[in-house]
Order: sequence, then structure tokens, then C-alpha cells
Amino acid sequence: MHVELYERIWMWAAAGVIAVFLGTIVLTAGLHAIQPPSHIETIDPATLSQDPEFGDPKVTARPDGGVVVSVRAEMFSFTPDPIEVPANRPVTFRLTSADVIHGFEIVGTNANAMAIPGYVSQFTVSFANPGEYLIACNEYCGLMHHNMVGKLIVKEEAP
Amino acid sequence: MTAAVAPPAPGSHRLAAAHIGVAVAAFGVASAMGVLQGLSIADVNFPWRSESLYYLSVTAHGVLMALVFTTFFIMGLGYALAQATLGRITGRGAGWFAFWLAAIGSVAAAATILMGQSTVLYTFYPPLQAHPLFYIGATLLVVGSWIWGGVMIASYRAWRREHPGVPAPLPMHGMLATIILWYLATFGLAVEVVVMLIPWSLGWVATIDPVLARTFFWWFGHPLVYFWLMPAYVVWYNVLPRAAGGRLFSDPLTRMVFILFLLLSTPVGFHHQFADPGISAGWKLLHTFTTYAVLYPSFVTAFTVIASLEVAGRLKGAKGLFDWIGRLPWGDPLFASVALAMLSFTFGGFGGAINAAYAMNSMVHNTAWIMGHFHLVLGTTVALTFMGATYWLLPRLLGRDLRFPGLARAQPYLWFLGMVLFSISYHIAGLRGLPRRVYSAALSGADGARWHGLTEIAAVGGVILFLSALWFVIVVVATWVGGRRLATPATFEFAVPLRPVTAPGVWDRFGLWTAVAIGLVALAYAWPIAHLLMHPRFGSPPFKPF
Ligand code: HEM
Ligand SMILES: [Cu+2]
Ligand SMILES: [Cu+2]
Repeated sequence: MHVELYERIWMWAAAGVIAVFLGTIVLTAGLHAIQPPSHIETIDPATLSQDPEFGDPKVTARPDGGVVVSVRAEMFSFTPDPIEVPANRPVTFRLTSADVIHGFEIVGTNANAMAIPGYVSQFTVSFANPGEYLIACNEYCGLMHHNMVGKLIVKEEAP
Repeated sequence: MTAAVAPPAPGSHRLAAAHIGVAVAAFGVASAMGVLQGLSIADVNFPWRSESLYYLSVTAHGVLMALVFTTFFIMGLGYALAQATLGRITGRGAGWFAFWLAAIGSVAAAATILMGQSTVLYTFYPPLQAHPLFYIGATLLVVGSWIWGGVMIASYRAWRREHPGVPAPLPMHGMLATIILWYLATFGLAVEVVVMLIPWSLGWVATIDPVLARTFFWWFGHPLVYFWLMPAYVVWYNVLPRAAGGRLFSDPLTRMVFILFLLLSTPVGFHHQFADPGISAGWKLLHTFTTYAVLYPSFVTAFTVIASLEVAGRLKGAKGLFDWIGRLPWGDPLFASVALAMLSFTFGGFGGAINAAYAMNSMVHNTAWIMGHFHLVLGTTVALTFMGATYWLLPRLLGRDLRFPGLARAQPYLWFLGMVLFSISYHIAGLRGLPRRVYSAALSGADGARWHGLTEIAAVGGVILFLSALWFVIVVVATWVGGRRLATPATFEFAVPLRPVTAPGVWDRFGLWTAVAIGLVALAYAWPIAHLLMHPRFGSPPFKPF
């Protein structure tokens, strides 16, 4: 196959650029454990209201000073609302849906995961800046989808 | 390549023209919906505005644009290219049958949407449930496209028997790769719709697994993007350099690019499911690799196509480093459309590389950024190429001169202007967190200030886009009914490579590459799907919150 010199150079450069992109992702995945929310756990959406965790979801403290936040999404609200968490502590969100698919996006942060009936999404983040955050559903879930919002309050740590 | 084919019998392009007609009709209707959606997001209170109409409209707009306009245009382009390069369409009767099947399916699906019974958006994620006819109509559209693929392959094989030992004409090579990819991609869709959704929507099974359905949907959903893009590339490689008065820079690399797309564009679907539970991070990482790999053929395309245009400028006497750009036919509707489409793709491709990195993806996942992104790559790179190609096709298919050439010349620039406003605003609003698919960016009155102003600019962009779409439809309709009949029909001419390939090479071995492509898909999906199936799972009953 005949390939012009300049094109050959371009093709190597393109391969190099792609290798750099991928290298960055692999490095951050390895070094900083930056991974997408990929938890595998199932739960019966039909009996969610009797579930010990998601029947009455709330924020629970962990021995290491972090918290676990269980969230139930349903048309068209999140429970609990508001959610209160401490700043600068690991916050593990556990998320499921009682009906259709919803999104769980904490606006202005990179906390962003799907709430899918039958499955539990789980991811851990920490919030450096105390304050109030908007939680928005970012997956179409019915005619009031745009009204499905919640509030996150990040509290300054007690001294 | 062009000299070998006898002039077509009168009416031989009627099948292609019928498909283009349906495509343009779907595009026109969907554009009118798009502008209203933009206004609604900006919270402009126009008469009849309501939540149910908004979500119904987004469903119809998405289905008509992403599935009907594109599929019909691609089928029409395919027939036109087969007739032009092979001198035949083998199985015209089957082609017409497929046309009606696809048209009836599209109308049935659209009717259930417009009646408000299928407001599930064009992604139709269960457990949202549409009317059974929505799924059945979509199936008929896809079955029609399968028959189209069969007719195209039969035409190629008939030509091949008469022309042993020569490589496939380049435009056909690209279309064949597209068709094989389409079979591979729609296999996933068929499993989702026929095995899961239709029985569930008819009440034969009570529940459905949403993650499994999403997995099959995105098995289809990403190669769908390349099903749109590859025919656009066929135009870039084969038609654009010719329109510019140049030559195709490299024949074998063109073939390589299409084969790489065939191999790499299906085993990537998890990059649409980064935020999903139920799929492990390792498999998401593997799909990230293939996602970046599929950037490669687009990088090569950028060089080959731009080098071909430079050849055109130099043939016209350009001397300096850049003055060849000024010598290109910027007033030609096909050229301007495709050049602006390519420019959009440099930005859209950059955004795509961001979406594919999952750390950055979580900043933009399901925000207005995504809407800004796919209106660049699908709504401009692909759609503007198809509009330009329509200007090029009509005189050749109908034997009529373009009406209102001035409108046709200005229309691509107007589209580009509208898209700059629309897309940039939504990209920024998305970075600030505006969710996609919202009736009003004010949400429930909370926090709309973060994207205040941006959604208004985007709405202005939407109005400009709609005007541009209107001009396009006016030119097409006026040409169809009132274009001056040409004494001799315009002929199809394609770019001649600087060094044409004379014998079939490794990139012409479709059997081999199809086998490799199937192997890669199996590698990417067999275990994650098996793993999901083995896990204890709980299905969902249907919901119709619309
Ligand atoms: C007149 C030009 C256009 C305008 C004003 C426009 C505007 C819009 C708007 C405002 C939305 C709603 C998005 C949301 O609520 O998140 C949308 C959705 C969509 N558009 Fe367009 N659009 C135009 C052209 C196109 C073209 C040419 C295509 C593709 C060929 C396209 C494909 C889509 C798709 C697939 C969706 C559905 C997205 C979803 O369900 O989230 N649009 N468009
Ligand atoms: Cu929701
Ligand atoms: Cu929602």
C-alpha cells in the first residue's frame, strides 16, 4: 500500500495522540482509583417500600467519619430531601429507583449517576466546599421530569 | 470508474428519489418541532405550550431526525450510488417493497407518538412503555433497511460476477462497509425490541430488566452514529474533491478507513453507560479503549480529504501555503455544506473525546452539553452533509435544475451560524449542570440563574436553524415540482484517486473483516451480558407517566 510521507507522519502522530489519551485514563484509573460508578447489586423494586435500607432511606454515619447516603428516586422526588453531609469526608451514595429510570446529578460537582429500578448504584465522593447544592434528575422520567429536584447541604465540620 | 457505466435508463433513479423525498419530509417536520423545543427550554411561553406537548415533540423530533431522516436518506444515497457506479440495482421490486415497509412502519410509530401514547423519547428506555405499534413500527423501518442492504449486496455481487479481478468502486466499498456494520448493529436492537420490548408491551411478559435493555440499546446506539457518519464520509471522499475540481489523495487509505469503522464502531457501547450500575469498571475501560481507537480512522480522514482539497486548489493555480483554500468553490451548495460539516466535526470530535473519558464524562453526562454535542456531530456534520448531497443528487436523480440556487448557496452558512449559537450555549449550560430533556430550564424554579441567558441564545440559534431548514425544504420542493428540465441529465462523477488501486487488496476482503468484526463484538459483549444474565435480577413492570 503506497502512503505519502506526510500522510505517514500524520498517521503516526494521530496514533500517538490516541495513545496519550488512553495512557492518561489508565494512569488515573490506576493511581487515583478514578473509576465510573460500576457497582453490581440488585434489589427488587416491587418490595422497595419494605426494604430495610430503601424503605426509609437516610444518611448514616460510618466508623471512619464518613457517611453513607441511601437515596430512593421516584416520580418526581428524591428521598431523603434535603440530604445533609459533612464537608471533606468520604460520602458514599447508594441509589435506586422505585419506578422508572432517573438521573442523580449534584449540579456543579462530578457526582452523576443513574438510578435504575432493580439495581443499586454506588459511588463515593467528598465535598470540599460547604454550602447548598441543587440535585437534579437528568434522565427523562415523565411529564414532570424537569420538576424533579432535591437539595444537598454540605456542612462545615464541627471543630 | 465513471466511464465504464452506461447512461441509466429513464426512471432508474425513481427508487432513490422516493427515499430522499421521505427523508426531506421527515427533516422538515422535525425541524419545526426543534425550534419550539428550543423556545420551551428558554421558558418562552408561546400558545399551546405544555409539558405533554414538549415531551411528545422531543420524542417525535428525535425519532424523525435520528431514525427516519437519516435511514431514508442513506438508503436513497445507496441506491443512487449503486445505480451510478455499478450500472444496476438488482432486485428493484424488493427495494420498493422495503420502501413501503419502512414508510408504513415510520408512519405507524409517528402516529402513536403524535397521539401521545409513546412519549418515551427516541431512546425508549424501559420501564417507560410505549404503545406496541411504536416498537412494531420501528421494527418495520429496520426490516426495510435490512432488505435495502440485501438489494445493495445483490447488486454488488451481480456486478462482481461480470467484473472479476477489479476492486469495488470506491463509493460502493464505503456503502458495503456501512451495510455490514448496520447488520451487526441492528442485531442488538432486534434483541432488545423483538425479544424484550414487544412481548412486554403486549403484556405477554410482566416485567423487563432495564439494564439489559439499555445494554442492547447501546450495542446498537453507538454504531448507529457510524451508520450515519460513514455515508457522509462516502460523500466527503468521493464527491467533495470532485466538486472542488481535485483528485482523491489516497485510494487504499480510504478503503482502510471504512474497514476500521466496520471493526471498531460496535464494541464501544458501554461509553454510553459509564454512569450505569450493573456493568463492571473493567469492561467500561475496555470499551473506552475501542472508543478512542475509533477516533483513528477519523484522524486519517481529516488528512486525506483536506489533502484532496489542497490538490484541487493547486490544480487551479494556488501557490502559497494557504491560498488554495481561497480557490475552493465556497459558493457551491454541496461544497459549502460539506466544508462546514467538516469544520463542525473538528469541534464535535474534540467534544466526543471528552465525553469518552469517564472522569470528564461525569461532569457532562445527561446535561445540555450532550445536546450541544450531538447537534454538532449528527445535526451538522451528518445532516449538513446530507443536505449538501441532496443539492448534488436532485439534478442527477430528477433530471431537473436546482430552483432558487441563491437560497441553496446561503442555506449552509445560515445553518452553521445558527448552530454556533445553539451548540456553544448548550455546551456551556451543560458544563454548568443544566440537565438535558427539560421542558423548562427554570426546572422547578430552582437555580435557573446558572444558565440564565444561555438558553435564550440557544433559542435564537434554534430560530436561525429553523429558517435554514425552511430554505432547504423550499429549494427541494421547488426543484421537484418546478425545476427546469435538463436536456441531458446531470451525470454522476466521482473523484479520481491520484493513484487508483487496480487489483483488490486486503481492504477489499469483506468476508474476512466481517468475521473479525463479529469476533470483536463477541469479545466486548459476551461476558458482560452473560454475567448480567447469571446475576439474580428483578424485572420492572411498565410505567406510562405521560
Ligand atoms: C432546526 C434545527 C434543530 C433544532 C432547532 C433542534 C433543537 C432541538 C432541541 C431543543 C432538542 C431538545 C433537547 C432536550 O430537550 O434535551 C432537540 C433534541 C434532539 N435533536 Fe434536534 N434540533 C434541530 C435539528 C436536529 C437535527 C438535524 C438532528 C439530527 C439529524 C437532531 C437530532 C435531535 C435528537 C436525536 C434529539 C433528541 C434528544 C433526546 O431525546 O434527548 N436535531 N433538538
Ligand atoms: Cu427522574
Ligand atoms: Cu427525570
